[in-house]
Amino acid sequence: MTGASCSLSRRDVLAVSGAALVAASGAVLVTAAIPQAAAAAPAPLANAGVKLMPVRIEVNGRQVALSLDPRTTLLDALREHLHLTGTKKGCDHGQCGACTVMVEGQRINSCLSLALQHEGNRVTTIEGIGTPDTLHPMQAAFIKHDGYQCGYCTPGQICSAVAVLAEIKAGVPSHVQADLMAAPTPSGAELRERMSGNLCRCGAYANIADAMAEVAGEPA
Amino acid sequence: MRSFIYERATDPAGAAASAAHTPGAKFLAGGTNLIDLMKLEIETPTHLIDVQDLGLDRIEPTVGGGLRIGAMATNTALASDSRVRRDYGVLSRAIVAGASGQLRNKATTAGNLLQRTRCPYFYDTNQACNKRSPGSGCAAIGGISRQLAVIGTSESCIATYPGDMAVALRVLDATIETVDPAGATRMIPIAEFHRLPADTPQIETALAPGELITSVTLPPPIGGTQIYRKVRDRASYAFALVSVAAVIQRDGTGRVALGGVAPRPWRTAAADAALPQGSQAVVGKLFEGARPTGGNEFKLPLAERTIAAAMAKARSA
Repeated sequence: MTGASCSLSRRDVLAVSGAALVAASGAVLVTAAIPQAAAAAPAPLANAGVKLMPVRIEVNGRQVALSLDPRTTLLDALREHLHLTGTKKGCDHGQCGACTVMVEGQRINSCLSLALQHEGNRVTTIEGIGTPDTLHPMQAAFIKHDGYQCGYCTPGQICSAVAVLAEIKAGVPSHVQADLMAAPTPSGAELRERMSGNLCRCGAYANIADAMAEVAGEPA
Repeated sequence: MRSFIYERATDPAGAAASAAHTPGAKFLAGGTNLIDLMKLEIETPTHLIDVQDLGLDRIEPTVGGGLRIGAMATNTALASDSRVRRDYGVLSRAIVAGASGQLRNKATTAGNLLQRTRCPYFYDTNQACNKRSPGSGCAAIGGISRQLAVIGTSESCIATYPGDMAVALRVLDATIETVDPAGATRMIPIAEFHRLPADTPQIETALAPGELITSVTLPPPIGGTQIYRKVRDRASYAFALVSVAAVIQRDGTGRVALGGVAPRPWRTAAADAALPQGSQAVVGKLFEGARPTGGNEFKLPLAERTIAAAMAKARSA
């Protein structure tokens, strides 16, 4: 977080008020760590009898070593253990795409993957794609074309959009491709088909397609 | 999700032995279906054997002129392979008609074959389901059955096999190679791989306990116009109401298999033989003995029209 030390983000306020609620109700298990306290806090408590397993992952260019309950998804490892909360949990069942990240350059649903499956893998989240000061061209295009409304699906949309253009470049075929042997192009129909794993409750689809087309250098 | 032990296998026979000797063990490939079902506690393995390190992700030619697809080749890798796009177009088309880009990047060839045959009542743990809880009954029979099977069903289950890839593998006569806990291999024709529910809908495949899929082999290319046509409620990322995999030769002969209508990819020799007589004859043969519900009887005329559309496309190719 940048800016004055006394400023609180919406997330900090939610975390603090959540902790207050927990204290008031007498609950003893807190799994969602408070960002400021995270560095000093012990790892979240595992259920009794669960053996934690070590895993090393390269996240946004940084090597991280975690000790996890085997049930921890890649999504929960990113959000709850590494506090990379840009990646969002939507449906948690692979249906909405809000959790989309890239593993070894390929987009996947991080909610349907165990963190332990990714030992030694290179993971890129929205935080690794660009920053507020150095936006990725796709992030800049989403802003320019108003490719979001509430913003919740946006990190997943942007990760997917970046990967989609790479997939087209690599010749990965799609359902709307007329000729399987021809190189796919970033046409409007192609972009829409390839983005079908990312839902947007606000319906910003037309603007998302415009943003992607601009980055791809094609009219949507 | 219930707790489990996570293990990474280092060789195929060792993985099979571990699965056979550990109660509650399951193989973990991409995990896109299994982890989803584990979150809902519909699948409750106590031990997962991750098979990603077995070197089973290669796609290579066979001595007989076919193609051997490693069990762990991802859906995207398989659909993108230039030999598959050129010689087995129906397979590439079927794969990209299924799921989403994210899922296809993670899902594997063997995992796709082993995705559960399922229906909304299987997912709803408050409902009776003989597949999820054998002997509990079937809430889908007499329930909402628009998506469900019209043939090959039983009194205990009317779920549909939901995959696309296997429908193309069925029309291409693929063979599934496995290894058992003793290290012995066997080849299972795709026609015999998925079982009909009868009175044991919880058993979906011909695999023995611990048996691990190592590859899927395609016979030499058969040419023809290769078509995969999928009809669904939305244009992308939805299960088929009806899908047609067809390989049609210039003389009008060929092969046809259906998805979305049965507990397994649906193909019959009699329907293949009827192809030169037109879509009505084909459908008549495919649906001999069909028992649709009031909610899904529309699939019969829909299948006829979809086959007719595929045949018309083949004629104009």
